[in-house]
Amino acid sequence: MAYIRIDNLVKMFGEQTVLDGVNINIEKGESIVVIGQSGCGKSVLLKHLLRLLEPTKGRVWFEGYDIATLNHRELIGIRQRIGMVFQSAALFDSLTVAENVGLGLRESRQYSTRQVEEIVMTKLELVAMVSAAEKFPAELSGGMRKRVALARAIATDPEVLLYDEPTTGLDPITADMINDLIVELKEKLNVTSIAVTHDMTSAFKIADRITMLYQGKVEYDGSPEETRSTDNAVVRQFIEGQARGPIQVR
Amino acid sequence: MEYGLSVLGRRGVNFINTLGGLCILFFRFLCSLKDIPRSFRLIVEQLYVIGVKSLPLIVVISVFVGAVSAWQAAYQFKFIGAPLRYLGQAVGKAVVIELAPVLSALVFAGRVGAGIAAEIGTMRVTEQIDALDSMGINPVRYLVLPRVLACLFMVPLLVFFADFIAIIGGLVVSVVGVNVSSETFLNGFRDSFKVSDFINGLTKAAVFGLLVGLVGCYEGFKAEGGAQGVGLATTTSVVISCVLILVFNFVFAIILFRI
Ligand SMILES: Nc1ncnc2c1ncn2[C@@H]1O[C@H](COP(=O)(O)OP(=O)(O)O)[C@@H](O)[C@H]1O
Ligand SMILES: [Mg+2]
Repeated sequence: MAYIRIDNLVKMFGEQTVLDGVNINIEKGESIVVIGQSGCGKSVLLKHLLRLLEPTKGRVWFEGYDIATLNHRELIGIRQRIGMVFQSAALFDSLTVAENVGLGLRESRQYSTRQVEEIVMTKLELVAMVSAAEKFPAELSGGMRKRVALARAIATDPEVLLYDEPTTGLDPITADMINDLIVELKEKLNVTSIAVTHDMTSAFKIADRITMLYQGKVEYDGSPEETRSTDNAVVRQFIEGQARGPIQVR
Repeated sequence: MEYGLSVLGRRGVNFINTLGGLCILFFRFLCSLKDIPRSFRLIVEQLYVIGVKSLPLIVVISVFVGAVSAWQAAYQFKFIGAPLRYLGQAVGKAVVIELAPVLSALVFAGRVGAGIAAEIGTMRVTEQIDALDSMGINPVRYLVLPRVLACLFMVPLLVFFADFIAIIGGLVVSVVGVNVSSETFLNGFRDSFKVSDFINGLTKAAVFGLLVGLVGCYEGFKAEGGAQGVGLATTTSVVISCVLILVFNFVFAIILFRI
């Protein structure tokens, strides 16, 4: 069985069906990028992997466990093995940058204060944010917050990383730095990653596999090379950024 | 008419939903009590933010609560022809049993309950609560436990000060405005003072504090949307806290102060 398996996932908010039977299998160490239009349910999909949202129907499996059946303690255990970078960064605004990055470490009670400080500095260095360690999130730009969020997500060295639009709102150079970092995490630490984005440059750079979400279902699935030359009209329209085509702009 | 009834019905269902949600949150709060040592630093921080910073406001309202109760009691005494030496007694009873606990709690709901709802509501709509969950940190332990505990301890403490200051306010008005000597006022107060009244007042205050803390957290967690949702959570928390405080106060009157 796949490392992570999303099995016929359906999510409705009231009358609105956001996910309408999504199936995705992810192998350990794989880096998969989910593309799709704004509002197609990418963030909703990611949140199901941490059980931040409950499926209306269908299941999410992690290492052979149906995460909906886990008890509180088991769920915490799995959440600590998965890191997530939220679309809005979601930094704790009452804590400094360094405290944000160190919170998960401190709360896990497995590290001394010194160790926490050291790890925090290493991670901030990776995202080039050491100089902002003592600042509060409100004092940072959007791109800086994203980088801190990434540092926070990798602080506990998770096995799986979920990136919700990690490069959106970043300048091209910083975006490329983040892309490099994502690739490096995968190659050096064998991190499994699921990234959600509509930044195709980033998608082609970090993906082993690209999946497209369209009208609540998986419309397409293929390697970056296949994706570049696909004749699927929906995917073509998306990666070429055309207003005209099968996808109606809502 | 029918429309009016259906609105009333929907409001009623909402209110019952809220009560159910509050009970669940209360239960989860009780479960998190075992983590008090672990969250000690957070609790101390909230004791300061919630308690110490509310003190000036409570002092100000207490002075005036005591002052007006002395003045109005004197006015009533004059009307029914009661002797003014009972003024200390009337003010003391009213303040210790009802005025200090209830008015402090209502003000506390406006200041602290609203603040909690706004803070947690903002954290909810900006995904900070999701972020806590995603890191395996239980938001009830991290956010609710420190705040509700702080409310539970701080409201009785604030009411303790409020009792004291309101009596002084009443004393000053009696001496300056009503022409009752301070000995007469204090003798009247001392003669009628019952420790059980005082304890009952503080017990009520603890329950009011618990209510304000729970309602603030609950409404914050329930917030959705953006700034508008947070605003709604804030006002709703104040409204619900105030209603619950007054309802519980009446229940306490029946249980604790038998006629
Ligand atoms: N908590 C929620 N309650 C109601 N609707 C939601 C909620 N979260 C997301 N949605 C809806 O689900 C749809 C997909 O949202 P989202 O996953 O954020 O899109 P995106 O692909 O841009 O990340 C949107 O139409 C949004 O309105
Ligand atoms: Mg999104």
